[in-house]
Amino acid sequence: MAWQTATVDSLVDETASVRTILLSVPDWAGHEAGQHLDVRLTAEDGYRAERSYSIASAPGEPVAITVERLDDGEVSPYLTEELRAGDEIELRGPIGGYFVWEPAFSGPLLLLAGGSGVVPLRAMLRHRSRVGSSVPVRLLYSARSWAEVIYRAELARLGDGVQVIYALTREQPPGWTGYARRADQAMITEVAWPVAQAPLAYVCGPTNFVEAVAADLVALGYPPAQVKTERFGATGTP
Amino acid sequence: MSPISRGFHRRHEEAEPAGRVPPGQYVTPDFPVLSAGPTPHTPVANWTFSIEGGQSPASWTWAEFQALPAETVTVDIHCVTRWSKLDTVWKGVSLDVLLGAVSYDAPYVLAFCDGGYTTNLPVADLKDGKAWVAYSYGGSPLAPEHGGPARLLVPHLYFWKSAKWVRGLRLRETDAPGFWEMYGYHMYGDPWREQRYAGD
Repeated sequence: MAWQTATVDSLVDETASVRTILLSVPDWAGHEAGQHLDVRLTAEDGYRAERSYSIASAPGEPVAITVERLDDGEVSPYLTEELRAGDEIELRGPIGGYFVWEPAFSGPLLLLAGGSGVVPLRAMLRHRSRVGSSVPVRLLYSARSWAEVIYRAELARLGDGVQVIYALTREQPPGWTGYARRADQAMITEVAWPVAQAPLAYVCGPTNFVEAVAADLVALGYPPAQVKTERFGATGTP
Repeated sequence: MSPISRGFHRRHEEAEPAGRVPPGQYVTPDFPVLSAGPTPHTPVANWTFSIEGGQSPASWTWAEFQALPAETVTVDIHCVTRWSKLDTVWKGVSLDVLLGAVSYDAPYVLAFCDGGYTTNLPVADLKDGKAWVAYSYGGSPLAPEHGGPARLLVPHLYFWKSAKWVRGLRLRETDAPGFWEMYGYHMYGDPWREQRYAGD
Protein backbone atom coordinates (compact mmCIF):
# COMPACT_ATOMS: atom_id res chain seq x y z
CA MET A 1 0.00 0.00 0.00
CA ALA A 2 1.64 3.20 -1.16
CA TRP A 3 2.35 6.26 0.93
CA GLN A 4 0.81 9.43 -0.42
CA THR A 5 1.16 13.09 0.45
CA ALA A 6 -1.89 14.78 1.95
CA THR A 7 -2.42 18.43 2.83
CA VAL A 8 -3.89 19.65 6.09
CA ASP A 9 -7.05 21.60 5.31
CA SER A 10 -8.13 22.62 8.78
CA LEU A 11 -7.85 21.80 12.43
CA VAL A 12 -10.59 21.58 15.02
CA ASP A 13 -9.83 21.59 18.74
CA GLU A 14 -12.23 19.08 20.22
CA THR A 15 -10.95 19.30 23.81
CA ALA A 16 -7.87 20.71 25.52
CA SER A 17 -5.80 17.76 24.37
CA VAL A 18 -7.67 16.42 21.35
CA ARG A 19 -7.66 17.82 17.84
CA THR A 20 -9.33 16.77 14.62
CA ILE A 21 -7.28 17.16 11.47
CA LEU A 22 -9.15 17.45 8.17
CA LEU A 23 -7.12 16.45 5.15
CA SER A 24 -7.08 16.70 1.39
CA VAL A 25 -5.88 13.36 0.06
CA PRO A 26 -5.64 13.48 -3.74
CA ASP A 27 -5.64 9.74 -4.39
CA TRP A 28 -7.83 8.54 -1.55
CA ALA A 29 -9.61 5.37 -2.61
CA GLY A 30 -12.39 5.73 -0.06
CA HIS A 31 -12.82 4.05 3.28
CA GLU A 32 -15.32 2.27 5.49
CA ALA A 33 -16.53 3.42 8.88
CA GLY A 34 -14.18 2.04 11.52
CA GLN A 35 -11.03 1.79 9.44
CA HIS A 36 -7.81 3.58 10.21
CA LEU A 37 -4.88 5.10 8.35
CA ASP A 38 -1.15 5.33 8.95
CA VAL A 39 0.63 8.69 9.25
CA ARG A 40 4.36 9.14 8.64
CA LEU A 41 6.43 12.14 9.71
CA THR A 42 9.95 12.83 8.45
CA ALA A 43 12.29 15.16 10.31
CA GLU A 44 14.97 17.24 8.57
CA ASP A 45 17.63 14.76 9.62
CA GLY A 46 15.68 11.98 7.97
CA TYR A 47 14.33 10.53 11.23
CA ARG A 48 10.90 9.01 10.66
CA ALA A 49 8.02 8.05 12.85
CA GLU A 50 4.82 6.28 11.87
CA ARG A 51 1.59 5.86 13.80
CA SER A 52 -1.95 4.63 13.11
CA TYR A 53 -5.06 6.73 13.69
CA SER A 54 -8.72 5.82 13.32
CA ILE A 55 -10.51 7.71 10.58
CA ALA A 56 -12.99 10.07 12.21
CA SER A 57 -15.06 10.84 9.14
CA ALA A 58 -17.70 8.81 7.33
CA PRO A 59 -17.24 7.25 3.90
CA GLY A 60 -17.66 10.03 1.36
CA GLU A 61 -16.62 12.81 3.72
CA PRO A 62 -13.18 14.43 3.60
CA VAL A 63 -10.63 12.27 5.36
CA ALA A 64 -10.25 13.30 8.98
CA ILE A 65 -8.40 11.91 11.97
CA THR A 66 -8.85 12.83 15.62
CA VAL A 67 -5.68 12.71 17.67
CA GLU A 68 -5.27 12.80 21.42
CA ARG A 69 -2.06 14.36 22.71
CA LEU A 70 -0.16 11.89 24.87
CA ASP A 71 2.15 13.75 27.27
CA ASP A 72 5.19 11.64 26.53
CA GLY A 73 4.26 11.07 22.94
CA GLU A 74 6.49 11.69 19.96
CA VAL A 75 3.92 12.04 17.21
CA SER A 76 0.72 13.12 18.96
CA PRO A 77 2.17 16.34 20.43
CA TYR A 78 3.33 17.26 16.93
CA LEU A 79 -0.04 16.58 15.34
CA THR A 80 -2.05 18.33 18.05
CA GLU A 81 0.19 21.36 18.65
CA GLU A 82 2.62 21.98 15.80
CA LEU A 83 0.80 20.96 12.63
CA ARG A 84 -0.82 23.84 10.69
CA ALA A 85 -3.26 24.19 7.83
CA GLY A 86 -1.32 23.95 4.60
CA ASP A 87 1.28 21.53 5.98
CA GLU A 88 1.87 18.31 4.12
CA ILE A 89 1.76 14.92 5.77
CA GLU A 90 2.33 11.43 4.45
CA LEU A 91 -0.32 8.81 4.99
CA ARG A 92 -1.54 5.52 3.69
CA GLY A 93 -4.75 3.63 4.01
CA PRO A 94 -7.43 2.75 4.61
CA ILE A 95 -6.38 -0.16 6.77
CA GLY A 96 -8.37 -2.80 8.63
CA GLY A 97 -11.54 -4.45 7.51
CA TYR A 98 -12.81 -6.19 10.58
CA PHE A 99 -13.74 -3.33 12.90
CA VAL A 100 -16.10 -1.88 10.33
CA TRP A 101 -19.82 -1.12 10.42
CA GLU A 102 -22.01 -1.05 7.35
CA PRO A 103 -25.67 -0.07 7.31
CA ALA A 104 -26.48 -3.45 5.80
CA PHE A 105 -25.47 -5.16 9.07
CA SER A 106 -28.65 -6.03 10.85
CA GLY A 107 -29.45 -5.90 14.51
CA PRO A 108 -29.41 -2.98 16.90
CA LEU A 109 -25.96 -1.43 17.28
CA LEU A 110 -24.16 -1.13 20.61
CA LEU A 111 -21.15 1.16 20.60
CA LEU A 112 -18.92 1.30 23.67
CA ALA A 113 -16.22 3.96 23.79
CA GLY A 114 -13.46 4.47 26.32
CA GLY A 115 -11.93 7.92 25.94
CA SER A 116 -10.53 8.49 22.45
CA GLY A 117 -11.95 5.08 21.50
CA VAL A 118 -14.96 7.09 20.43
CA VAL A 119 -13.22 8.12 17.21
CA PRO A 120 -14.00 5.14 14.92
CA LEU A 121 -17.44 4.87 16.50
CA ARG A 122 -18.12 8.48 15.56
CA ALA A 123 -17.29 7.60 11.95
CA MET A 124 -19.91 4.86 12.19
CA LEU A 125 -22.49 7.28 13.60
CA ARG A 126 -21.80 9.84 10.87
CA HIS A 127 -22.08 7.10 8.24
CA ARG A 128 -25.38 5.96 9.70
CA SER A 129 -26.74 9.54 9.56
CA ARG A 130 -25.49 10.19 6.05
CA VAL A 131 -27.17 7.13 4.60
CA GLY A 132 -30.38 7.67 6.56
CA SER A 133 -30.16 4.33 8.37
CA SER A 134 -32.73 3.65 11.07
CA VAL A 135 -30.74 0.95 12.85
CA PRO A 136 -31.22 1.69 16.57
CA VAL A 137 -27.98 2.66 18.30
CA ARG A 138 -26.83 3.00 21.85
CA LEU A 139 -23.48 4.58 22.55
CA LEU A 140 -21.97 4.15 26.01
CA TYR A 141 -19.16 6.70 26.21
CA SER A 142 -16.83 6.55 29.17
CA ALA A 143 -14.70 9.63 29.72
CA ARG A 144 -12.87 11.09 32.69
CA SER A 145 -14.89 14.29 32.77
CA TRP A 146 -17.37 16.30 30.76
CA ALA A 147 -14.54 18.53 29.50
CA GLU A 148 -12.84 15.48 28.00
CA VAL A 149 -15.84 14.30 25.99
CA ILE A 150 -14.87 14.49 22.33
CA TYR A 151 -17.52 15.60 19.77
CA ARG A 152 -19.73 16.77 22.62
CA ALA A 153 -21.99 19.06 20.60
CA GLU A 154 -22.25 16.63 17.69
CA LEU A 155 -23.27 13.74 19.93
CA ALA A 156 -26.02 15.88 21.46
CA ARG A 157 -27.53 16.45 18.01
CA LEU A 158 -27.79 12.86 16.83
CA GLY A 159 -31.53 12.69 17.12
CA ASP A 160 -33.98 9.86 17.20
CA GLY A 161 -32.75 6.35 17.11
CA VAL A 162 -29.45 7.11 18.82
CA GLN A 163 -29.13 7.05 22.59
CA VAL A 164 -25.92 8.37 24.06
CA ILE A 165 -25.17 7.36 27.63
CA TYR A 166 -22.16 8.88 29.38
CA ALA A 167 -20.10 7.49 32.21
CA LEU A 168 -17.92 10.25 33.67
CA THR A 169 -15.42 8.44 35.78
CA ARG A 170 -13.33 11.08 37.53
CA GLU A 171 -15.28 14.32 37.67
CA GLN A 172 -18.93 15.17 37.05
CA PRO A 173 -20.66 18.51 36.50
CA PRO A 174 -22.95 19.82 39.27
CA GLY A 175 -26.31 18.11 39.23
CA TRP A 176 -25.02 15.14 37.20
CA THR A 177 -27.42 12.23 37.43
CA GLY A 178 -25.67 9.94 34.97
CA TYR A 179 -23.09 7.23 35.60
CA ALA A 180 -20.19 8.42 37.69
CA ARG A 181 -18.01 5.33 37.65
CA ARG A 182 -16.09 3.06 35.30
CA ALA A 183 -18.04 0.59 33.24
CA ASP A 184 -18.86 -2.58 35.14
CA GLN A 185 -21.14 -5.58 34.72
CA ALA A 186 -24.15 -3.78 36.22
CA MET A 187 -23.74 -0.80 33.89
CA ILE A 188 -23.26 -3.00 30.82
CA THR A 189 -26.33 -5.02 31.78
CA GLU A 190 -28.39 -1.82 31.99
CA VAL A 191 -27.12 -0.35 28.74
CA ALA A 192 -26.74 -3.33 26.41
CA TRP A 193 -29.40 -4.31 23.92
CA PRO A 194 -31.00 -7.62 24.93
CA VAL A 195 -29.22 -10.60 23.41
CA ALA A 196 -32.49 -11.78 21.89
CA GLN A 197 -32.44 -8.78 19.55
CA ALA A 198 -29.23 -10.09 17.94
CA PRO A 199 -27.25 -6.90 18.55
CA LEU A 200 -23.83 -6.12 17.15
CA ALA A 201 -21.33 -4.56 19.55
CA TYR A 202 -18.20 -2.50 18.86
CA VAL A 203 -15.90 -1.76 21.77
CA CYS A 204 -13.00 0.66 21.40
CA GLY A 205 -10.62 2.27 23.84
CA PRO A 206 -7.73 1.51 26.19
CA THR A 207 -7.12 -2.15 26.75
CA ASN A 208 -8.42 -2.28 30.34
CA PHE A 209 -11.74 -0.79 29.24
CA VAL A 210 -12.08 -3.09 26.26
CA GLU A 211 -11.11 -6.21 28.19
CA ALA A 212 -13.65 -5.55 30.94
CA VAL A 213 -16.51 -4.46 28.68
CA ALA A 214 -16.05 -7.28 26.17
CA ALA A 215 -16.01 -9.83 29.00
CA ASP A 216 -19.16 -8.26 30.48
CA LEU A 217 -20.96 -8.54 27.14
CA VAL A 218 -19.96 -12.18 26.75
CA ALA A 219 -21.13 -12.81 30.32
CA LEU A 220 -24.51 -11.32 29.30
CA GLY A 221 -24.73 -13.86 26.52
CA TYR A 222 -23.45 -11.88 23.55
CA PRO A 223 -21.85 -14.34 21.11
CA PRO A 224 -18.12 -13.45 21.00
CA ALA A 225 -18.31 -13.10 17.23
CA GLN A 226 -20.86 -10.31 17.71
CA VAL A 227 -18.47 -8.33 19.91
CA LYS A 228 -15.82 -6.56 17.85
CA THR A 229 -12.97 -4.94 19.71
CA GLU A 230 -10.34 -2.40 18.86
CA ARG A 231 -7.82 -1.62 21.51
CA PHE A 232 -5.87 1.59 21.28
CA GLY A 233 -2.33 0.69 22.17
CA ALA A 234 -2.76 3.39 24.83
CA THR A 235 -0.01 2.25 27.12
CA GLY A 236 1.51 5.55 28.15
CA THR A 237 4.02 5.39 25.32
CA PRO A 238 3.35 7.17 22.02
CA MET B 1 10.56 12.34 -1.95
CA SER B 2 8.82 12.42 1.43
CA PRO B 3 7.83 15.95 2.47
CA ILE B 4 9.72 17.15 5.51
CA SER B 5 7.37 17.57 8.45
CA ARG B 6 8.03 21.16 9.46
CA GLY B 7 9.06 21.38 13.11
CA PHE B 8 9.07 17.63 13.71
CA HIS B 9 12.04 16.07 15.41
CA ARG B 10 12.99 12.96 17.28
CA ARG B 11 11.58 13.06 20.78
CA HIS B 12 13.41 10.32 22.59
CA GLU B 13 17.11 11.05 22.76
CA GLU B 14 18.24 7.61 23.80
CA ALA B 15 19.28 5.66 20.75
CA GLU B 16 17.55 2.43 19.98
CA PRO B 17 19.93 -0.54 20.26
CA ALA B 18 21.57 -0.79 16.87
CA GLY B 19 20.11 -3.39 14.58
CA ARG B 20 17.47 -4.60 17.00
CA VAL B 21 14.52 -2.42 16.03
CA PRO B 22 12.94 -3.00 12.62
CA PRO B 23 11.98 -0.01 10.46
CA GLY B 24 9.00 2.02 11.66
CA GLN B 25 8.97 0.47 15.14
CA TYR B 26 9.42 2.05 18.56
CA VAL B 27 10.49 0.25 21.74
CA THR B 28 8.00 0.03 24.59
CA PRO B 29 8.50 -1.15 28.15
CA ASP B 30 4.80 -2.06 28.25
CA PHE B 31 3.18 -5.17 26.89
CA PRO B 32 0.17 -3.88 24.92
CA VAL B 33 -2.80 -6.10 24.28
CA LEU B 34 -4.52 -6.03 20.92
CA SER B 35 -7.19 -8.37 19.64
CA ALA B 36 -10.27 -8.42 17.44
CA GLY B 37 -12.71 -9.73 20.00
CA PRO B 38 -13.26 -10.82 23.58
CA THR B 39 -10.57 -12.86 25.32
CA PRO B 40 -11.38 -16.58 25.36
CA HIS B 41 -10.92 -18.44 28.64
CA THR B 42 -10.32 -22.12 28.02
CA PRO B 43 -9.81 -24.30 31.08
CA VAL B 44 -6.67 -26.40 30.67
CA ALA B 45 -8.77 -29.49 31.43
CA ASN B 46 -10.43 -28.91 28.05
CA TRP B 47 -7.30 -27.84 26.20
CA THR B 48 -5.63 -29.83 23.45
CA PHE B 49 -3.04 -28.95 20.84
CA SER B 50 -3.36 -30.77 17.52
CA ILE B 51 -1.50 -31.06 14.28
CA GLU B 52 -3.98 -31.92 11.56
CA GLY B 53 -3.35 -33.11 8.04
CA GLY B 54 -0.15 -34.85 7.05
CA GLN B 55 0.25 -38.59 7.28
CA SER B 56 0.07 -38.97 11.07
CA PRO B 57 -1.94 -36.28 12.82
CA ALA B 58 -1.22 -35.84 16.53
CA SER B 59 -2.89 -34.32 19.53
CA TRP B 60 -1.72 -33.55 23.06
CA THR B 61 -3.71 -32.85 26.19
CA TRP B 62 -2.43 -30.18 28.58
CA ALA B 63 -0.78 -32.79 30.79
CA GLU B 64 0.84 -34.46 27.80
CA PHE B 65 1.98 -31.08 26.50
CA GLN B 66 3.53 -30.13 29.84
CA ALA B 67 5.50 -33.39 29.74
CA LEU B 68 7.16 -32.47 26.45
CA PRO B 69 10.68 -31.03 26.52
CA ALA B 70 10.40 -27.27 26.92
CA GLU B 71 12.81 -24.37 26.44
CA THR B 72 13.12 -20.94 27.94
CA VAL B 73 13.95 -18.36 25.31
CA THR B 74 14.62 -14.63 25.31
CA VAL B 75 13.43 -12.91 22.14
CA ASP B 76 12.45 -9.51 20.75
CA ILE B 77 8.88 -9.16 19.52
CA HIS B 78 7.49 -6.72 16.96
CA CYS B 79 3.83 -5.80 16.58
CA VAL B 80 2.48 -4.45 13.30
CA THR B 81 0.94 -1.57 15.28
CA ARG B 82 4.57 -0.45 15.67
CA TRP B 83 5.56 -1.31 19.19
CA SER B 84 8.54 -3.57 19.75
CA LYS B 85 9.45 -5.18 23.03
CA LEU B 86 13.00 -6.38 23.58
CA ASP B 87 14.27 -9.28 25.64
CA THR B 88 10.96 -10.96 26.37
CA VAL B 89 11.27 -14.27 28.17
CA TRP B 90 9.04 -17.20 27.27
CA LYS B 91 8.87 -20.88 28.05
CA GLY B 92 7.31 -23.36 25.69
CA VAL B 93 7.68 -26.33 23.42
CA SER B 94 9.62 -25.90 20.20
CA LEU B 95 7.76 -26.53 16.98
CA ASP B 96 10.69 -28.78 16.08
CA VAL B 97 9.50 -31.13 18.84
CA LEU B 98 5.84 -30.91 17.78
CA LEU B 99 6.42 -31.21 14.04
CA GLY B 100 8.96 -33.92 14.75
CA ALA B 101 6.14 -36.06 16.16
CA VAL B 102 4.22 -36.14 12.90
CA SER B 103 4.92 -37.23 9.36
CA TYR B 104 4.11 -34.70 6.67
CA ASP B 105 5.35 -32.99 3.55
CA ALA B 106 3.01 -30.01 3.41
CA PRO B 107 4.74 -26.62 3.02
CA TYR B 108 2.20 -24.43 4.86
CA VAL B 109 0.12 -24.35 7.99
CA LEU B 110 -2.94 -22.51 9.16
CA ALA B 111 -2.80 -22.02 12.92
CA PHE B 112 -6.24 -22.17 14.54
CA CYS B 113 -7.28 -20.84 17.93
CA ASP B 114 -10.01 -20.53 20.50
CA GLY B 115 -12.28 -17.63 19.53
CA GLY B 116 -11.84 -18.40 15.83
CA TYR B 117 -8.57 -16.58 15.12
CA THR B 118 -6.35 -18.05 12.43
CA THR B 119 -3.06 -17.14 10.83
CA ASN B 120 -1.03 -18.72 8.05
CA LEU B 121 2.69 -19.51 7.97
CA PRO B 122 5.18 -21.48 5.90
CA VAL B 123 6.30 -24.62 7.73
CA ALA B 124 9.88 -23.50 7.11
CA ASP B 125 9.25 -20.50 9.41
CA LEU B 126 8.26 -22.80 12.25
CA LYS B 127 11.28 -25.08 12.10
CA ASP B 128 14.92 -24.98 13.14
CA GLY B 129 14.56 -23.14 16.40
CA LYS B 130 12.37 -20.32 15.09
CA ALA B 131 9.03 -21.03 16.79
CA TRP B 132 7.42 -22.34 19.96
CA VAL B 133 4.05 -22.96 21.52
CA ALA B 134 4.58 -20.87 24.63
CA TYR B 135 2.67 -21.22 27.91
CA SER B 136 4.74 -19.06 30.19
CA TYR B 137 5.77 -15.42 29.90
CA GLY B 138 8.18 -13.60 32.19
CA GLY B 139 8.33 -16.61 34.49
CA SER B 140 4.57 -16.85 35.07
CA PRO B 141 1.79 -18.77 33.35
CA LEU B 142 0.72 -16.91 30.23
CA ALA B 143 -2.26 -14.65 31.05
CA PRO B 144 -5.42 -14.99 28.97
CA GLU B 145 -5.22 -11.47 27.52
CA HIS B 146 -1.73 -12.28 26.25
CA GLY B 147 -2.87 -15.55 24.73
CA GLY B 148 -2.96 -18.01 27.60
CA PRO B 149 -3.18 -20.98 28.15
CA ALA B 150 -0.76 -21.09 25.20
CA ARG B 151 0.09 -19.12 22.12
CA LEU B 152 2.27 -19.52 19.10
CA LEU B 153 5.55 -17.63 19.39
CA VAL B 154 7.25 -16.79 16.09
CA PRO B 155 9.40 -13.76 16.91
CA HIS B 156 10.98 -13.26 13.49
CA LEU B 157 7.60 -12.30 12.01
CA TYR B 158 5.14 -9.57 13.06
CA PHE B 159 3.44 -10.64 16.24
CA TRP B 160 0.00 -11.18 14.71
CA LYS B 161 1.54 -14.42 13.41
CA SER B 162 2.20 -15.47 17.03
CA ALA B 163 -1.39 -16.60 17.34
CA LYS B 164 -2.94 -16.24 20.77
CA TRP B 165 -5.05 -19.04 22.25
CA VAL B 166 -3.57 -21.44 19.70
CA ARG B 167 -5.12 -24.91 19.62
CA GLY B 168 -3.33 -26.42 16.65
CA LEU B 169 -1.95 -26.30 13.16
CA ARG B 170 -3.59 -27.52 9.98
CA LEU B 171 -0.97 -28.65 7.47
CA ARG B 172 -1.78 -27.39 3.96
CA GLU B 173 -0.49 -27.67 0.42
CA THR B 174 -1.25 -24.00 -0.25
CA ASP B 175 -0.83 -20.78 1.70
CA ALA B 176 -4.34 -19.66 2.71
CA PRO B 177 -4.88 -16.26 4.32
CA GLY B 178 -5.80 -16.32 7.99
CA PHE B 179 -7.85 -13.75 9.91
CA TRP B 180 -5.81 -10.56 9.51
CA GLU B 181 -4.46 -11.63 6.14
CA MET B 182 -8.07 -11.71 4.89
CA TYR B 183 -8.42 -8.09 6.05
CA GLY B 184 -5.42 -6.85 4.10
CA TYR B 185 -2.42 -7.68 6.23
CA HIS B 186 0.64 -9.21 4.60
CA MET B 187 0.68 -12.95 3.91
CA TYR B 188 4.23 -13.34 5.30
CA GLY B 189 4.87 -10.40 7.64
CA ASP B 190 8.65 -9.88 7.87
CA PRO B 191 9.23 -6.83 10.11
CA TRP B 192 12.71 -6.29 8.67
CA ARG B 193 11.22 -5.74 5.22
CA GLU B 194 8.30 -3.85 6.79
CA GLN B 195 5.74 -6.24 5.31
CA ARG B 196 2.73 -4.91 7.20
CA TYR B 197 0.01 -4.89 4.54
CA ALA B 198 -0.72 -6.82 1.35
CA GLY B 199 1.52 -5.58 -1.42
CA ASP B 200 4.23 -4.19 0.87
